[in-house]
Amino acid sequence: MKPFIEKCAEKGFLFSAIVSASITILILSFMIFFSFPIFKAGDIAAFFTLEWNPYEGKFGILPMMAGTGIIASLALFIATPFGIGCSAIISVFSKGSSGRFLRKVVEFMTGIPTVIYGFVAIFLLVPFIREIFKKGTGMCVLSASIMLAILILPTIVLFLSDAFNSVPKSYIDAADSLGATPAQKLVYVIIPYAWKGIISGLVLAAGRAVGDTLIALMIAGNALQIPTGLDDAARTLTSHIALIIASDYESPEFKSIFLCGLILFAFTILIVLIMRSLGYFKILGKR
Amino acid sequence: MNRFIQYSITFFAWISGIILVASLTLLLAFLIYKGIGSLNLFLIFGETKPMDVLLMRKEVLDGLFPAIVGTILLITASIVWAIPIGVASGIYLAEYCNLRWKPFFNFMLDLLAGVPSILVGLFGFSLSIFLHRHLSEHIYPCFLISSMALACLVLPYIIRTTEQALVNLPFSVKTTGLALGASRLQNILFILIPYNLSRIISGIILAIGRCAEDTAVIMLTGVVAMAGIPHSLLAKYEALPFYIFYISSDYNSQEELMKGFGACIILLAVCAVFFTLANILKRKAEIRFATRL
Repeated sequence: MKPFIEKCAEKGFLFSAIVSASITILILSFMIFFSFPIFKAGDIAAFFTLEWNPYEGKFGILPMMAGTGIIASLALFIATPFGIGCSAIISVFSKGSSGRFLRKVVEFMTGIPTVIYGFVAIFLLVPFIREIFKKGTGMCVLSASIMLAILILPTIVLFLSDAFNSVPKSYIDAADSLGATPAQKLVYVIIPYAWKGIISGLVLAAGRAVGDTLIALMIAGNALQIPTGLDDAARTLTSHIALIIASDYESPEFKSIFLCGLILFAFTILIVLIMRSLGYFKILGKR
Repeated sequence: MNRFIQYSITFFAWISGIILVASLTLLLAFLIYKGIGSLNLFLIFGETKPMDVLLMRKEVLDGLFPAIVGTILLITASIVWAIPIGVASGIYLAEYCNLRWKPFFNFMLDLLAGVPSILVGLFGFSLSIFLHRHLSEHIYPCFLISSMALACLVLPYIIRTTEQALVNLPFSVKTTGLALGASRLQNILFILIPYNLSRIISGIILAIGRCAEDTAVIMLTGVVAMAGIPHSLLAKYEALPFYIFYISSDYNSQEELMKGFGACIILLAVCAVFFTLANILKRKAEIRFATRL
């Protein structure tokens, strides 16, 4: 091919890569640009207060931060033991047909749309939770956490079973020749070796749990309060963005969603940095 | 470690596996049990005759047809944006990028892949405000903005699979063309890409699946519950996942709810097909490597 075309093609590839990278920068700069009036007015502290009451001019986003924190950590708390259990089956206890079947099932779960999890939860899980608590609508922190746990479980299981499989075969052989049972191998050999992978999988799952919109929006109840119990309704940062979007462009409510966006973006940066410090340089999880 | 603890660890692992499979089965069984009755032509076309709709003589008012068409158009538009940029960036990262710039691109792409989808939606929304103020009064959140935002969402998938497909080639494949006198570009276009095309396509199909299911991005960038088939790029539109979301919070009758379940089954089937297709292609690429190496 002519050198001219070679040069053009190379420039074209470079240009596309710059465009892709600049999308990230563009997202961040739009967040900053639209929340800039808040910083300039100097009333940033007012947004980090407890109360959200537009009629009195109070736009605290602390309830949403609390909602996100509580729902996401509860989901992680529920999903972690199940995740470790399932990945132990896949890579330690059953290398045969049932382990492969379980892995297939988990892989399939990553392909199920989030909105379907939410839809089914409304008519299957929420009435059940309502019966248990005997009050409210059943749309509460607990329902959202359970559903979110199911949503992030595939991320945990796939990441952890890869981490478990990365243990060198010689280690496993050594344990086997000493007569270790699968449970002993898991506790004494595999988990100590793969702890970095385990932490990374959980960090990635935490990122997904915080970033997910639909589950919390559909079944957490969206109440503007700091939840005090499992049966309280709550609102997350993500669902707050989705709910406020329709209002007036110049209002403080509207500016506050960009502040929520900035917080979520900062959290993403944190996740990526943690993943890198643990040795994972190319991260691709489903959001 | 005593016997009892060992047994309980094993027992717990199996129980968690069984609970996972059981809850997924329950979820799917419930969906199919509720929705299977409403799966018929009426669900899609409503009162209108299918032939009239397909020939664009009449509009569907009470069926899923506009939402399905909206989703298909949306996928097509986003993929048209994302494929050229994504594949070209992937080629750049795999073949041209020097070590000085690579960490920067990797970091930016990791961030883009990790940003919550609602932020990508918010980005699309603020882009439309920005364009409305500075470019044209006619720009509101619309089909065009949605497709661009969705393209941003799936771009990392396409870039990473393209990059991986090219980087993981055997050394002999990478160098044979160059040794025979092919230029760098010829080597990429005629040897490297065709060699691992199915892997690249599997990434693209996965991206299509993500476009089909995403709700958070489109609900901020112009999807509405009732719009019909979009007639221009700047029009509002309907989409299947948003329809499901809308029905879940705002159904007036049992009939509407049943339509929601029907829509769920259709969306799930579509996503399952894309997902399976992507996996088959990926496996095919892997098997080919295993046998050739």
